[in-house]
Amino acid sequence: MISFSVNGTSQMIDVDPSKPLLWVLREQLGLTGTKFGCGMAQCGACTVQLDGRAVRSCVTPVSAVAGKEVTTIEGLKGENATLHPLQHAWIEHQVPQCGYCQSGQLMSAAALLAEKANPSDDDIDRAMQGNICRCGMYGRIRAAIKSAAATSSTALFYNAAQVQEQEQEQEETSHG
Amino acid sequence: MGKWTRRTILGAGVVAGGGLIVGVAVRPGNIASEIGSEIAGDNETLVHVYVKIDADNVVTVLVPHSEMGQGAQTALTQMLADELDADWSQVRFEEAPARKEYAMYAAGRGYLFKNVDFADAVVPSIDGMMMKVADALHMQVTGGSMSVRVTGQYCMRVAGAATREMLVKAAANEWNVPEGEITTADSQLYHQASKRTARYADFAVAAAAITPSYTPKLKSADEFKIMGRSVARQDIPAKTDGTALFAMDVQLPGMVYATVRRAPVFGGRIERLDDKAARAMSGVIDVVKLPAASEQGMVGNFSTGESVAVVADSYWTAQRALRSVNISWRADDNGGVSSEAIFEQFSNDIDAGTERATDTVEGDTESAFATADQVLQADYRVPYLAHTCMEPLNATAHVSDDGAELWVGCQNPLGFRHTVAGALGIDAERVSVSNHFMGGGFGRKAIADAAIQAALLSRTVKRPVQLIWSREEDVRQDFYRPAVLSRFKAALDKDGNVQAWENTYVDKHEPAEAPLIPYAVAARNIGHVKSPTHVPFGAWRSVDHSQHGFFTESFIDEVAVAAGKDPYAFRAALLKDKPRHLAVLRKAADAAAWNTPLPEGRGRGVSLQESFGSIVAQVVEVTVVNGETSVDRVVAVVDAGFAISPDGIAAQLESGIIYGLTAALYGEISIRDGAVEQSNFHDYEAVRMAEAPEIETHIINSGADIGGAGEPGTPGIAPALANAVYDATGVRVRSLPLKRFDLNYRITESEATS
Repeated sequence: MISFSVNGTSQMIDVDPSKPLLWVLREQLGLTGTKFGCGMAQCGACTVQLDGRAVRSCVTPVSAVAGKEVTTIEGLKGENATLHPLQHAWIEHQVPQCGYCQSGQLMSAAALLAEKANPSDDDIDRAMQGNICRCGMYGRIRAAIKSAAATSSTALFYNAAQVQEQEQEQEETSHG
Repeated sequence: MGKWTRRTILGAGVVAGGGLIVGVAVRPGNIASEIGSEIAGDNETLVHVYVKIDADNVVTVLVPHSEMGQGAQTALTQMLADELDADWSQVRFEEAPARKEYAMYAAGRGYLFKNVDFADAVVPSIDGMMMKVADALHMQVTGGSMSVRVTGQYCMRVAGAATREMLVKAAANEWNVPEGEITTADSQLYHQASKRTARYADFAVAAAAITPSYTPKLKSADEFKIMGRSVARQDIPAKTDGTALFAMDVQLPGMVYATVRRAPVFGGRIERLDDKAARAMSGVIDVVKLPAASEQGMVGNFSTGESVAVVADSYWTAQRALRSVNISWRADDNGGVSSEAIFEQFSNDIDAGTERATDTVEGDTESAFATADQVLQADYRVPYLAHTCMEPLNATAHVSDDGAELWVGCQNPLGFRHTVAGALGIDAERVSVSNHFMGGGFGRKAIADAAIQAALLSRTVKRPVQLIWSREEDVRQDFYRPAVLSRFKAALDKDGNVQAWENTYVDKHEPAEAPLIPYAVAARNIGHVKSPTHVPFGAWRSVDHSQHGFFTESFIDEVAVAAGKDPYAFRAALLKDKPRHLAVLRKAADAAAWNTPLPEGRGRGVSLQESFGSIVAQVVEVTVVNGETSVDRVVAVVDAGFAISPDGIAAQLESGIIYGLTAALYGEISIRDGAVEQSNFHDYEAVRMAEAPEIETHIINSGADIGGAGEPGTPGIAPALANAVYDATGVRVRSLPLKRFDLNYRITESEATS
């Protein structure tokens, strides 16, 4: 038995420990949002997050995730099914065509934004280089990542500004 | 069994409640009455074969094409909805089921096209697709960039306008007013004089009893409200949260998994098989030999060798078990064939003019060459290419005594139904097909080979089987864009005017006009010779244009250079009688600032290609450093007559360009010992994020007949790239892929010899 958590839910699975996480997710847990593309970590369609880091589930034996937290595309939305800023941006920029690679693209991009709120073009190149899109939507993916980053950081900035304003008000009040 | 359940799978246009099912028929009456019970859900009325209206006034369009990423389902829905005067916020779509009523033949020659004047540009394609095929009744093909320009123009718009007329007629009867006094907008009917209004839903049932017109009045472009707008694609939200269903996502009770290996040499057979180790593995259910398969017809025409499949409790188990099966293959005559031998054969056949047939002969090429000041000759070649859709081939089948059910993502659902029925030896009426989103198609998913394998496996193990091909199988058992050799000769006079153009190439498929050039050259002789190989042919995004775009647009560049002229100005001067081509070319040159000089090591190249009724010009900028080429920027201009969805056509251009760029930079399937050498994305590479250029798209709405969108972006990128490399380095790339060129070496060499 191997136990790990998927999208916040604990799982206990009786499985050959060398079976790749991809097939455990798809066949045993019914989480088919994560896709099979190449089977050798060449295309990124199977990308999920392992403790927040993007990994290729097609070459990750399920034994390697014991005791860890796996996030799949099904777990990318926030509380009450609010879209992740990247999902918003993906729709706004009309990114997907066939859509098959997009779960992997989004999971790689989400890991990037979690690490770097304002990624540079080089950061995007590095983080996304493992994800092939045969429909060739790289320009839209890049634009969407930047726009999600801008929205997220605007939100953070806005919050920070609000906090500052509140602090100032409080200060003024206390001085007054 | 046989009940169409796609609606619930797709998730679009699902309507709650219980209620009416009404229909209409075509000849006589309204065919929708025959199929309404299958297609209309609760509370919905099938008013026309392509339109349902429900009690809440939601219009659902039945789109007879499948979705492989091209977004045509949304564009087709726009076309019907606009002619219907529907409220776009209340319009949905569903993919039409695999039924003969939605076959291209039925839709086309059968009735809707009757008395309709076709645009000249699409007639050969329609005839080619429909009339050359004995089984045209079984075709429901998505390909040839036909969806918008044929189905959209001649089916969806006609259906929308006809349905509007039926609703008006029904309201006029009920209100007892002349039809001409009734107006429509936003899914509502109005009669101003009596101040009466009604929703379309109120008259859906009555309208469904009326026979639709074949020739309703269509809108002119200035009346379009929904066509011409970039609307959001309805399939996109589901493609951002993992809920979009592809065929591989189907999970059935009791379903088992299979994977397969076909004879590596095309057409090969199994000589000996030792499956003891595989059968001993835990989770293995069966090891099955699958027979060779073949199917005739223009689309879905294929033949394959024998295969071995393992059925198991998991794809992973099946894959490991298959690896342990010891198979001796028999290759017969093809076991020694190599790419080198194939190109040698091509060259010999061109030399010999083997069964040469001409595409066009104009003027007197012989005397032009005899009197030429300069004769330019060049051989161009391209290798075989695989499609490598992101989603490897797969199919799920459940075959029982009751018949067969198939879950696939394919470009020809009706064709699959008939092909699989044929393979099982049962009546097509006993096969049902649930079609899904395709994770890429590009031509590969018009061929039913994997679906046949899945059906045979399910029949053998008597359970639902999901067959998944490994990526290696997907690369090695494709139906390939052919390898092609094309030989050119051009005659120039002393002023650098091109007097003659001669071209002979191997391997002719569709479209027939692919090797033709738009330029004013008085004498031309373009033709092809037969030089068959054992490597199976398949339609690959833009088909013959994918090679001829590279050939002709590179060679015309060579001719321009030989004439001592600027490649853009040279082309423009030969397009005086082609105002659409010239406008597209000019726009691209202007947008790319063609005349501004580039620094050392950088280069700019141009191409112009008409394909599938659309004209595309591209200007590519490259940087070549130490022999490494990076593509910096692509400016692309398209004239598709009228862009139904401007963002949709822009996305298709971007997509077609990257697809073609992957082929131009890296794409090569090579043959050794009769089999494909490549196997996966490490040796059959794809353009990735860091290599993807910035792409700038421009759209010209010239008002000409509507052209295609899915393919026209692809042919022009390779020649524009090769021409840019020439501009940067002085090296002429006459063979793809570019990665095979040692630009560094060539530069050194040319410097040393200059």
